[in-house]
Amino acid sequence: MDTISTDVAIIGAGGAGLRAAIALAETDPTLRIALISKVYPMRSHTCAAEGGAAGVIKPDDSFDMHFDDTVGGGDWLSDQDCVEYFIHEAPKELLQLEHWGCPWNREADGSVAVRPFGGMKKQRTWFAADKSGFHILHTLFQTSLQFPSITRYDEYYALDLLVDDGRCQGVTAMEMRSGQLRQFHAKAVIIAGGGAGRMFPFSTNGAIKTGDGMAMAYRAGAPLKDMEFVQYHPTGLPNTGSLLTEACRGEGGILVNKNGRRYLQDYGMGPETPVGKPQLKTMELGPRDRVSQAYWHELQKGNTVSTKWGDCVLLDMRHLGEKKINERLPLVRELCASYLQVDIVKDPVPIRPVVHYMMGGISTNTKAATPLPGLFAAGECACVSLNGANRLGSNSLVELLVFGRRAALSAIEHIQGLPASNAAALNTRAEETQSRINELFSRIDGTESMSALRKEMMDTMEKNVGIYRTEEGLQEGVSKIHELRQRYRNIILTDKTSVFNTDLFQALELGSMLDCAEAVTVGALARKESRGAHQRLDYVERDDKKFLCHTMVYHQGLDVPRVDYLDVVITKSPPGVRDYSGDHK
Amino acid sequence: MTPMKELRVQLEVLRYNPDTDTEAHFQRYELTCPEEWVVLDALNTVKAEIDPTLNYRWSCHMAVCGSCGMMINGTPKLSCHTFLRDYEGTVIRVEPLAHFPIERDLVTAPDDFMEKLKRVKPYIIPKEKKPISEGEYKQTPAQLMKFRQYSMCINCMLCYAACPEYGLTPSFIGPAALTLAHRYNLDSRDGGRKERQEVVATHEGVWECTFVGACSEACPAHVDPASALQQMKITSSIDWIVEHLIPGGNK
Repeated sequence: MDTISTDVAIIGAGGAGLRAAIALAETDPTLRIALISKVYPMRSHTCAAEGGAAGVIKPDDSFDMHFDDTVGGGDWLSDQDCVEYFIHEAPKELLQLEHWGCPWNREADGSVAVRPFGGMKKQRTWFAADKSGFHILHTLFQTSLQFPSITRYDEYYALDLLVDDGRCQGVTAMEMRSGQLRQFHAKAVIIAGGGAGRMFPFSTNGAIKTGDGMAMAYRAGAPLKDMEFVQYHPTGLPNTGSLLTEACRGEGGILVNKNGRRYLQDYGMGPETPVGKPQLKTMELGPRDRVSQAYWHELQKGNTVSTKWGDCVLLDMRHLGEKKINERLPLVRELCASYLQVDIVKDPVPIRPVVHYMMGGISTNTKAATPLPGLFAAGECACVSLNGANRLGSNSLVELLVFGRRAALSAIEHIQGLPASNAAALNTRAEETQSRINELFSRIDGTESMSALRKEMMDTMEKNVGIYRTEEGLQEGVSKIHELRQRYRNIILTDKTSVFNTDLFQALELGSMLDCAEAVTVGALARKESRGAHQRLDYVERDDKKFLCHTMVYHQGLDVPRVDYLDVVITKSPPGVRDYSGDHK
Repeated sequence: MTPMKELRVQLEVLRYNPDTDTEAHFQRYELTCPEEWVVLDALNTVKAEIDPTLNYRWSCHMAVCGSCGMMINGTPKLSCHTFLRDYEGTVIRVEPLAHFPIERDLVTAPDDFMEKLKRVKPYIIPKEKKPISEGEYKQTPAQLMKFRQYSMCINCMLCYAACPEYGLTPSFIGPAALTLAHRYNLDSRDGGRKERQEVVATHEGVWECTFVGACSEACPAHVDPASALQQMKITSSIDWIVEHLIPGGNK
């Protein structure tokens, strides 16, 4: 097996991975950086983010307000030292992107424009029309091209971390074009592999969001944190699940049920605000968890609209007018027109909540370090505990910048004065990956079909780990996912050739998703309270006595994982009431 | 609830596996799909239910990641944005993007494009450097609009598959990369045009383009690379006039 020696290996070349790579290259041009991704960087799912990125910039805003919005939005499960660091770094990172050429929308005087976003008390969301993530990703990718120390390994599928002497020292990855396995020996590894929304059948996530990075860290002994917190975005296209950005509501779009009622006022987010005059932090600008939960209640009450795509509510943007829609929401108009054949200028669009984002992930601290020395993580794959139990829209695009950079700086600190590695030991580890792949290829007695198993997993997650959860449903979810993990050992590959074998990669991705799914279900079953995106019909209240803590899930091979807890860091904001009634001062 | 109308879909897909095939061949798949589906949905059904050995790239399913470019009935398209209803009653022929080497089935090797992208220096070369602490570079909405359209390229490479010049002369830098150079040249924050001209204003650059306009027709992001290339030719000509015909113009 070929060995590639590098200083820092980064797994994932989306927003967080690229930001980390640039920070490494700028800070120390002598470092060798290997940027490994299963897709070409511009295919990374950062490109699908639409609405924008939050950072305090306007004179009427303050860091304290961004802090309060984030901590309250996260239902007090955020680590407050992390939030503090984040809010101060956020504007610097957004300005850095501006200096790198990101085409942010502007005010008439040439300063950066901001827009309202859910759960935010002030307008602080920087945006590039409704393609903010796309522009962030391309700006970072193009900027990265000027650094000769960044060597990209595009379409390399990362498999296993190489751990020896108690620290992470590399990774194995398969060159997809040839099917050849390579080992990367590195002094530090940064995982920036994105989320795992494809565990669910109805998701805004691209096909590549299969939790490979999370699962890789988890299998290597790093805990996954707060995995039960899965964000449903309130407004997805009912057929494809494509995201209609929160900016639809930020710009003034309203949500109505089949009776034309703006039903959010019935769920603690009223009183009703005038149509077309969105008021911050109330009604349609409530937080995502609450808005998605309101849909579920409307469904129980029979207030949803029956469509050929199933039950929906309506997002009405007609009053915004064609000019504003074209200027601020062109992608939304195009998506609705082509996939639903609805023109949002003329008609309301049917929508329903859709799995969007994992608040949980690889446990990291404010320095983006995991408990496994030498391993760092950033972006959606990580849980640095910024987002707590519910992420506010437009915090995550900034998160991947702030903590992508932070992971790079921490990696540089880590590699100073590091003892020499034991190449033979790393080789042995890498051979274990090779054996795993060989076994999969040579298996002849497998009876399980990969796509059938994947469907069972998705159906289980949707049925048992949705917006509202119960003991009974979660018990079923835990045992079913556990069963699927056992059966996964019996899957059979149809394609046993070497070049760009997506039958193989989909099988490996399914393995990653099953690991993540088990952490989600086990964490959800154990958390007997309702907080943010984790809502239980049998434990309807938040329980700060027992559960003001992070769920930590540890991989135990084929056994059920071990669950432990870690205290939330509270510095200045004790748990309080989340108020989206519009009365707040 | 009205039931979804279904279509009988016939796909004819180019297959090639360098491990086992000496040459490419077509394989026929037949299936039933909801009429609102796209070609990619049909391929995904084939992959999951009929033939797991079929290979292609895709991710976002919303025409923004640029992964799923293919030739569909001979035209470069994003398969996630090509609707089955537009091909009702016909056999849909699906082939890998033209002008790129095939890795396997519908997967092509984009190495040449990736290299060209890098050559045009698609990043801000600051006109004047300033630290982050001094805040943003002011840019009016009008200044933004000068280049914004050209910043919308998703790198899907459909324009390269559509471009007859690129097919004939592979050294041509091509529509997307040149357009990106133009995007940075037009950015009020940028001062790198002169550096980029060394690549752009050459016979591998804009002067190779014969203005067929196929790139702009193929572009799913409405970037209109043809207009970018024409603007670049004009500015490059003015450069030449200033340099050669105006006394002291080269200063």
